[in-house]
Amino acid sequence: MSWRRIAALLLAALFVGAGVVVALNLRDETQGADSPSADAITTRTPVDLIARGEYLTRAGDCIGCHTVQGGVPYAGGRGIETPFGTVYAPNLTPDPETGLGRWTANDFWRALHNGRSRDGRLLYPVFPYPNYTRVVRADSDAMYAYLRSLPPVAQPNPPHGLGFPFNLQASLAVWRALYFKPGAYRPDSARPRDWNRGAYLVEGLGHCNACHSSRNALGAPAGPLDLAGGLIPVQNWYAPSLTAADESSVVDWDVRDVVALLKTGVSPRGTVMGPMSEVVLNSTQYLSDGDLAAMTTFLKALPVTGSARTAPPPAPAARSESQARGAALYDKHCVGCHGPQGEGIAGAYPALAGSRAVTMASSANLVHVVLQGGFPPTTAGNPRPFGMPPFATVLADVDVADLLTFIRGTWGNRGAPVTALEVSRYRSDVRP
Amino acid sequence: MKSRRLPAWWLAGVLAAALSMPAAPAPVFEDSIAQRVQACTGCHGPQGRAAPDGYYPRIAGKPPIYLYNQLLNFRDGRRRYGLMAGLLIPLNDAYLHEIASHFASLEVAYPPPQATKEGPAVIEQGRLLVTQGDPTRRIPACVQCHGDTMMGVAPSIPGLLGLPRDYLNAQLGAWKTGIRRAQAPDCMRQVANALTPQDIGAVSAWLAAQPASGKPAAALARPLPIDCGGVTHAAGGPAR
Repeated sequence: MSWRRIAALLLAALFVGAGVVVALNLRDETQGADSPSADAITTRTPVDLIARGEYLTRAGDCIGCHTVQGGVPYAGGRGIETPFGTVYAPNLTPDPETGLGRWTANDFWRALHNGRSRDGRLLYPVFPYPNYTRVVRADSDAMYAYLRSLPPVAQPNPPHGLGFPFNLQASLAVWRALYFKPGAYRPDSARPRDWNRGAYLVEGLGHCNACHSSRNALGAPAGPLDLAGGLIPVQNWYAPSLTAADESSVVDWDVRDVVALLKTGVSPRGTVMGPMSEVVLNSTQYLSDGDLAAMTTFLKALPVTGSARTAPPPAPAARSESQARGAALYDKHCVGCHGPQGEGIAGAYPALAGSRAVTMASSANLVHVVLQGGFPPTTAGNPRPFGMPPFATVLADVDVADLLTFIRGTWGNRGAPVTALEVSRYRSDVRP
Repeated sequence: MKSRRLPAWWLAGVLAAALSMPAAPAPVFEDSIAQRVQACTGCHGPQGRAAPDGYYPRIAGKPPIYLYNQLLNFRDGRRRYGLMAGLLIPLNDAYLHEIASHFASLEVAYPPPQATKEGPAVIEQGRLLVTQGDPTRRIPACVQCHGDTMMGVAPSIPGLLGLPRDYLNAQLGAWKTGIRRAQAPDCMRQVANALTPQDIGAVSAWLAAQPASGKPAAALARPLPIDCGGVTHAAGGPAR
């Protein structure tokens, strides 16, 4: 074969490949009539379109990314850091120059459903359209109506901070060809309406798997049904598995406790901290008890998986010295709130004995909580939360490691020891 | 069996011994605002009384709206310190207002100031700037706004005494570089911009060497020399 012929074949293959990528990127670009099954999963309460849109926008936690710290809600500008660079969430207020002022309901639907902007640009999947593609048209229209009702704010969108090749639309087109397919929520007629409503919220607007699943090297989550836990990129908090019995499966929780956790941030079975604190603050506390119960029905029906733990607990001798130092640190810094038996105080300080948050394989959240401290969110149901002080300036890496090794191996807890190296890695996430 | 012959007092004795064994101390718990804000006192000291030998400032007894404004500033990104922002982001205005009012209400004695290491010339330069300002450079005296006793003015102007020198240096420097900001118009930004690094060092050294006592003044003795957003434009209470 001559070089000329090989070159021609390669060129042809390239064209065909590009054609396939383009075709895959333009799938399902109809103007979105609702699927006939939409009635099975949507609710028309509240009746007012704008109020319903506000409710759904809350359910999607749009404000969480589309608001810069201390800025006007929905006016954009927050930089979302990813392993590929920083993507800035744009202005969603109806300003004609910098916001959604010139967008139609069809444009908005295409952004949610197909991940394309008004001008046709492909959108980065930091915007969780792989989830939002399941949102039905009626809900998209309600959210559009709500965003149109906001006061317009002229706030230009900062350019994304992405390096080559992630800054190219062509790269994004390839990513989408591989990992994104427009879809719709398909109700499971064998399941009750409650379960379907919960699945629709968890997989769609709730985009729970954006954090609660692992991502591959190109940042694609394992799938909307995968809620098996994952380390949140850049933030390095571990969003625990919602299926694993030794992480955050709620299969044996009372429905009321799950609803309380999402509504108030606290419950008899656990307390939210870190990124989930912001989710409750901005999103789930505003959801109706009915929708939270529906999400709980879905979460409780997830198949329970076994332990995600990889390292077996080490021989007691290896950790005794570390344990002894940890016990002394516990008596000095922690016992006052968490108690001599790690029992905590109901309604104020979480118990450490028997806590899955303490013993789960990843130590990321424990290290973050000890270093940074934190509050659960203020909510209507918990307006004055109790807080945990940060110890980043008090405890060295080895101190935190010994302390956590002690807590993870005492009062019947059987968690793996924590090394100073792990602490050092997570300490770099704490920014002064 | 032998054990059957043990007298009854034996059992009573064992029970009594078991009951009188010192149980592990239960945590002292009271459902109070002080209990809820232990996240603050971890660094700012018991009751927020941090001494001037560290970096963290005392917060006990500062004017309530000043403290509230600072909590808002940290939460909303006008002041930057990662640990503070991380703690405050999940909290709403109403709770921050309650936290601020709690620390403002605490009357805790001040410890004596740290001995200064600066020479007399620097100290005198600092004293002059604090008490008289520098009209030729349009620098108002600190006492014009912060009160004649420099203990602040209720409800929103903070005192300047009882604070670590490093903290004062860092804050004036941060204002100069724009890292610390306040509600617009940001009067302290204007003042800090007019100060040289030597001025800042002198002012901080003198202030840190003064004994602190008493409470913020009840009201301003005279109008402010410049417009301050944190004093005149800030909301008096929670909005969110």
